[in-house]
Amino acid sequence: MAAEKSRLGWRKPVKIGLVTGAVGTLVALVGMVEAFSYRLIVADLLSMGHALIFSVLIFGAILGARGARPAQAWLKGGITGVVASSLLGVLVLLGRIIPLRAVFINASPELFNLLSFGQEGFAGILMICAAGLLSGVLAGGMHVLPDPIRPALIRALGAVVGAGVLQDMLRPILVAWGPLWDIGELVFDANGLTPEGALGILVGVCLGYLGWEKKGRGLAARTETLPPRARKLLRVSWVSFLVALLLLLPQLLGLFLSEVLTIVGLYVLLGLGLNIVVGFAGLLDLGYVAFFAIGSYTVAILTSPELGFFQLSFWSALPVAVILGALSGILLGIPVLKMRGDYLAIATLGFGEIIRILVLSDFLRPWLGGAQGIGKIPKASLGGFEFRTPQELYYLILVGCLLVGFVSWRLRESRIGRAWMAVREDEDVAQAMGINLVATKLLAFATGAAFSALSGAIFATKLGSVYPHSFNVMISINILCLIIVGGMGSIPGVIVGAAALVGLPELLREFAEYRLLVYGAALVAMMLLKPEGLWPEAVRKRELHEGEQEPEVVDAGLKMG
Amino acid sequence: MIRRLLERFTATDLIMWVIGGAIMALILVGSTATISAGKYSLKHWIDFMVFGLAQGSIYALIALGYTMVYGVLRMINFAHSEVFMSGPYTAYFVAAFFHRSCLLESHPVLSMFMVLLVSMAVSTLVAYLLERIAYRPLRTAPRLVPLITAIGASFFLQYTFRGLYGSGFQAYPVVKALEKHWDILGVRILGFQVVVIVAAALMMGALYLFVQKTRTGKALRAVSEDKESAALMGIDVDRMISMTFVIGGMAAGAAGVLYALMFKQVHFFMGFIPGIKAFTAAVLGGIGNIPGAMLGGIFLGFIESLGPSLFLDGLGIVAPYQLKDAIAFTMLVLVLIFRPTGILGERLAVKKA
Repeated sequence: MAAEKSRLGWRKPVKIGLVTGAVGTLVALVGMVEAFSYRLIVADLLSMGHALIFSVLIFGAILGARGARPAQAWLKGGITGVVASSLLGVLVLLGRIIPLRAVFINASPELFNLLSFGQEGFAGILMICAAGLLSGVLAGGMHVLPDPIRPALIRALGAVVGAGVLQDMLRPILVAWGPLWDIGELVFDANGLTPEGALGILVGVCLGYLGWEKKGRGLAARTETLPPRARKLLRVSWVSFLVALLLLLPQLLGLFLSEVLTIVGLYVLLGLGLNIVVGFAGLLDLGYVAFFAIGSYTVAILTSPELGFFQLSFWSALPVAVILGALSGILLGIPVLKMRGDYLAIATLGFGEIIRILVLSDFLRPWLGGAQGIGKIPKASLGGFEFRTPQELYYLILVGCLLVGFVSWRLRESRIGRAWMAVREDEDVAQAMGINLVATKLLAFATGAAFSALSGAIFATKLGSVYPHSFNVMISINILCLIIVGGMGSIPGVIVGAAALVGLPELLREFAEYRLLVYGAALVAMMLLKPEGLWPEAVRKRELHEGEQEPEVVDAGLKMG
Repeated sequence: MIRRLLERFTATDLIMWVIGGAIMALILVGSTATISAGKYSLKHWIDFMVFGLAQGSIYALIALGYTMVYGVLRMINFAHSEVFMSGPYTAYFVAAFFHRSCLLESHPVLSMFMVLLVSMAVSTLVAYLLERIAYRPLRTAPRLVPLITAIGASFFLQYTFRGLYGSGFQAYPVVKALEKHWDILGVRILGFQVVVIVAAALMMGALYLFVQKTRTGKALRAVSEDKESAALMGIDVDRMISMTFVIGGMAAGAAGVLYALMFKQVHFFMGFIPGIKAFTAAVLGGIGNIPGAMLGGIFLGFIESLGPSLFLDGLGIVAPYQLKDAIAFTMLVLVLIFRPTGILGERLAVKKA
């Protein structure tokens, strides 16, 4: 009986270890480890490639140790780690004997050196297993630490990795500021954090978290009990601080980061538009990029001297682009009115592709420029001020984002917003409650398309030229990803999603090649683990956790009715 | 009677029918113009049709995967195009090995069989893992959730294979035995076209018999009819769903090799367009319906190979062949709008969607 029990105890960590090892092998063979190894998190100590492998091992060990008794947790974590890392060892062994590279192009000697920490032969394999054992034992042991210490440690480790990953962003900011210059020099080396800096962040975040747990919650509770006037003052000062920050941001961040910000901003615009169609109204539109293209091409055709039909200014072309976008939203919306779910997704995907193929074709070339696109689009100017550099364009995009954010926030709270959400929940019931499905859906398509066209218009003037290749289905998928990762239907979620899925890859150049791989994995993981997104909308969260909180849902339903 | 009909006929319906009518008129005008211009002879048309039949058989094989999964789970397995890609891309390395060791010339049938086997095995494995890891935990989730998962899985697989095997086009080795051709009534029929058509027909026939005549096939049909009742009758529903994915994966792996033979190259992105077209074929034939998928695939193949020259050339459109994909997508949208049940379909889309 005892033997039976202990065997069952072993089986789970071994199984999870095998899965973890397979994931680690895949990550290594896909080339991510090597590509990421050129960027250091802690100088001379830890590269991002190693951090990647370790985080896979640690994550596996935590899963393997989950539910174990405290005395056994570190043991189970260790088993998971050893099993997983021995698979990596097998990979290295095989790779050094057989020319794996004939098939797997990333199975290079550099990769095997990285995995075995530069050791040859069996010493290398032993090193791998030892690293797996160590990280597994530590992760398993950490898993059963008492409560305030464990989250503090996890956050601190996360902060170190985060600071290392975002070094390109943090370092210039710190160095640019006089008083912070010393801190910047102390924490960051030319390539990564200094060991002292990493330790400092680790300890600092740890202590900060523990301190907050002890004192901070009381502070937060005290502000709740402040008199209303004082609370209002507090809120106003917060908002004005935020506004000031938004206005000064490009000056603080410098040229490169401002460029990243403008790209994020364009995706926020697109995301807010698709959020209305998918998040609010529940209509999965995969051809959304078509409206982006329509906005861009309208501005290009109306302003560029290259085709020579019109030569309007950006500001007179912009409303035309937005209106044309909205109209095409209605036009493409009409045929798909009766479709639902999957069919709608496929039909809109088809529309998007048809538009792209038409733009690319030689048939429409005299009007749309064919594969060469349209160039020489003038910059937007306002009273002699030209929006030329990213730092200037930022304001244009910021105004657009604020406008669109405000409109979609007000729309959500309005009658039409409620109608959209009713349609999302259940079309038939919504219709039975007297909602005009045709008008509601078309309005969602039109609004989303208008926002997208606005983004496209700004995109055209930002780039100065438009090509059909900028408007492929990947953009639609990108936008869909960012609103899903952020949380469908949630406006702050769009911003969080855009920052995470568009901003981060721009900062990590190594990442570019693996962007869509990570996107795909993120979509799947998100749907499996946290379908409501990072910053969910309240209703949606409730809906997706229906089984767990049945009474609350019924309650909410009654209130809404 | 007529008044009641008119009342139900809304403005959007009117717009739809006007658009549909316009497209039909364009097709008619284009076809008559092309035929009366006499630019293409009968030989050309037959040529197009043989090509269409070969291409269509491949679409039909891929479409089987879409249609069977839809039949059982009522979801579009968006990642099926990557199931289709994974097999031939892996089998490329086997084919290249045979080519290097000259086995492809000395034992063409055996080595092609091995390539086919590897391709089918990989595609089947990918399809099985996909179901197991990504879809199974989401069986009871809201409808949008598995669809988004499928989209995510599709991109994950594409870029995983890109990372594993590289991002370039890999040229499939030329099989000498398939380069033969016969001239029948003045029409040149290529060896690989015959192989593609015959292989696809054999596989579809086998699958049809399997689903209709065997016990497992019966269980499959029962599960696609009603999962709860099937479970009550003692059918292992989870196993049957896995089986569906496995069969779809096998067909897709076979289709992949045929596709690679036809276009002589593989690429990590090669699944996207054939995938959407195969889905179109599945919808065309009535999704959830196995003979429908075969019919739809062949129909789509014909439309695609005949369409550019027949419909568009006559309208004076430059380089009509560039618009081949646009024709397929237009077809897809039109079918979804006007007859979402397809040629042979029951009204599944309304009942369950």
